[in-house]
Amino acid sequence: MSELEPKRAIDGAAEESINIPIDGPAPLLAQLKGFWVTFTAQFKKVTTVQYPEVKEATAPRFHGRHQLNRHPDGLEKCIGCELCAWACPADAIYVEGADNSDEQRYSPGERYGKVYQINYLRCIFCGLCIEACPTRALTMTNEYELADDSRKKLIFEKEDLLAPLRSGMLPAPHPYYPGTDDQDYYHGRVTQAHPSQEQK
Amino acid sequence: MREIILDDPGWLIAVKAHLVFVFCVLCTLMAIWFERRIVARMQLRLGPNRVGKFGLLQSLADGVKLALKEDVIPAAADKLIFIIAPIISATTCFMVFAVIPMSGPVTMFGQETAFQLTDIPVGVLYILSVASVGVYGIVLAGWSSGSTYPLLGGLRSSAQVISYEIAMGLSLVAVFLYAGSMSTIDIVDAQDQFWYAIVLFPSFIIYAISMVGETNRAPFDLAEAEGELVGGFHTEYSSLKFALFFLAEYVNIVGVSALATTLFLGGYNAPPGLGFTESWLGGWFTFIWFFIKVTLFFFVFVWLRGTLPRLRYDQFMQFGWKVLIPANIAWIMVVAVLRYFTLNGASRTSILIFGGAVLVIFLIGSSIYERAKAKKIEIEQSSVDAPAPFPVPELPMKISTFTVPRAERERE
Repeated sequence: MSELEPKRAIDGAAEESINIPIDGPAPLLAQLKGFWVTFTAQFKKVTTVQYPEVKEATAPRFHGRHQLNRHPDGLEKCIGCELCAWACPADAIYVEGADNSDEQRYSPGERYGKVYQINYLRCIFCGLCIEACPTRALTMTNEYELADDSRKKLIFEKEDLLAPLRSGMLPAPHPYYPGTDDQDYYHGRVTQAHPSQEQK
Repeated sequence: MREIILDDPGWLIAVKAHLVFVFCVLCTLMAIWFERRIVARMQLRLGPNRVGKFGLLQSLADGVKLALKEDVIPAAADKLIFIIAPIISATTCFMVFAVIPMSGPVTMFGQETAFQLTDIPVGVLYILSVASVGVYGIVLAGWSSGSTYPLLGGLRSSAQVISYEIAMGLSLVAVFLYAGSMSTIDIVDAQDQFWYAIVLFPSFIIYAISMVGETNRAPFDLAEAEGELVGGFHTEYSSLKFALFFLAEYVNIVGVSALATTLFLGGYNAPPGLGFTESWLGGWFTFIWFFIKVTLFFFVFVWLRGTLPRLRYDQFMQFGWKVLIPANIAWIMVVAVLRYFTLNGASRTSILIFGGAVLVIFLIGSSIYERAKAKKIEIEQSSVDAPAPFPVPELPMKISTFTVPRAERERE
């Protein structure tokens, strides 16, 4: 019986049909109000931004061009797992992983992204790749000026996407910080490069 | 006034013809810029401001771009008529300006004349007839394109222009009655005391509405509705031929505005009471007055476009045939009777009595109409409230209470 009660309540509500009065045409003055609105709008502040001359900052979480981040000592965060490529609904990302070796170490752990391409003619800037990335190697910047005139220029290679080297970073490939392993990197215990890491 | 125009030597007529043409083309370029800027401001935008100072050269740049584009003639088109149609449209709209008085007496290249090409006794009728020939451009363009949308657009456009031309022509009858002439100069001269926009206010309003319908402009631009007909009769046109239609549309707007200025706003004359300005700049100040008045009309065109949504085709036709034309005819009757009385020296009281009688008849008629309408709504309302005999879709915001009995459902 108790199951039926909510149904009854709905039926009760339905019986009170909502009465919307059917109006005739609005009075003349109300119709002329629209003219006043458009007339006064002429003297309001325009919302146009003079774009190439004036550039407004985007929202802080705007989805712009991607960036491949680095660990604080300059090793790449990307481990070439291809999860971003698999997550991509537009099939815009192409990744080829390769093995790290002690002589040629690009990232902590076994693998690194050897080839990394994002096709900006396909990318829809949905950010699913960012969510998929297990090492937070891939993030998005606020840069939105991505227009160009050829297909080739709009397929961004790894060099185009890699984050710039900050102070205290050394360009990959180079060995681990002395006395650390991949776990130290993942737990953020490596905070900068050591002089001994520099490749001859 | 008429004499000084008719005395013009041949070379001056040629020069004036060219000046009128240049004026129209320049007006078109400026009008497009003006419209885009004003509509933009109404939508809180800036509008074109890149080409030239304040974007003034934008329409020129667009025109050059248009002229340099590929000129496509569809395979299914009737080639000859396809080419002739835009030419008809573009020439007729310029011809209107031949009889528009754009200035009072001025000195032009040492000759005493006025900025008006010619004056004919039936000037306004000439304008109406030329405008009707312009419809051929639209019909032929729609028909010769050999495509569905242009055909529909052309038919709609021509039906619209023809319907509103009737209302337009009728609204001019009152002006003819008062001015006693169809010559544009005489009509302007007859308005030195009062503008006909004030004296013949209903005519003015009807003319103002029908001139918007006549030029296929918003809110009556349903024949060119971008969303439905992809531009209407000129869908298949490109490059210079399209530019000609575009030019024709804007020259037409300036043309009807100029005619409205001439017939209702005292033409090139200064507003009554400001007459002293008419001799300024050697008489050319009158041309400035004319230009200001035309610009004012054009602003109203833009304002309408920025404010009103497009009408439906049936609403539009209903408005033209069932409101504008009957109202016009009734008004002409009143004006004609009043005019007859005043011309035959009737006393002020008899005119007032007549006016009062008309007013009383109007009030009684409108109250009868209102009552009938209220009754009709009442009947509709009661039919709405009755239970539906069949599960029809409900009116908005009414939740359905109708359920088909189970046994019946299973039988089906």
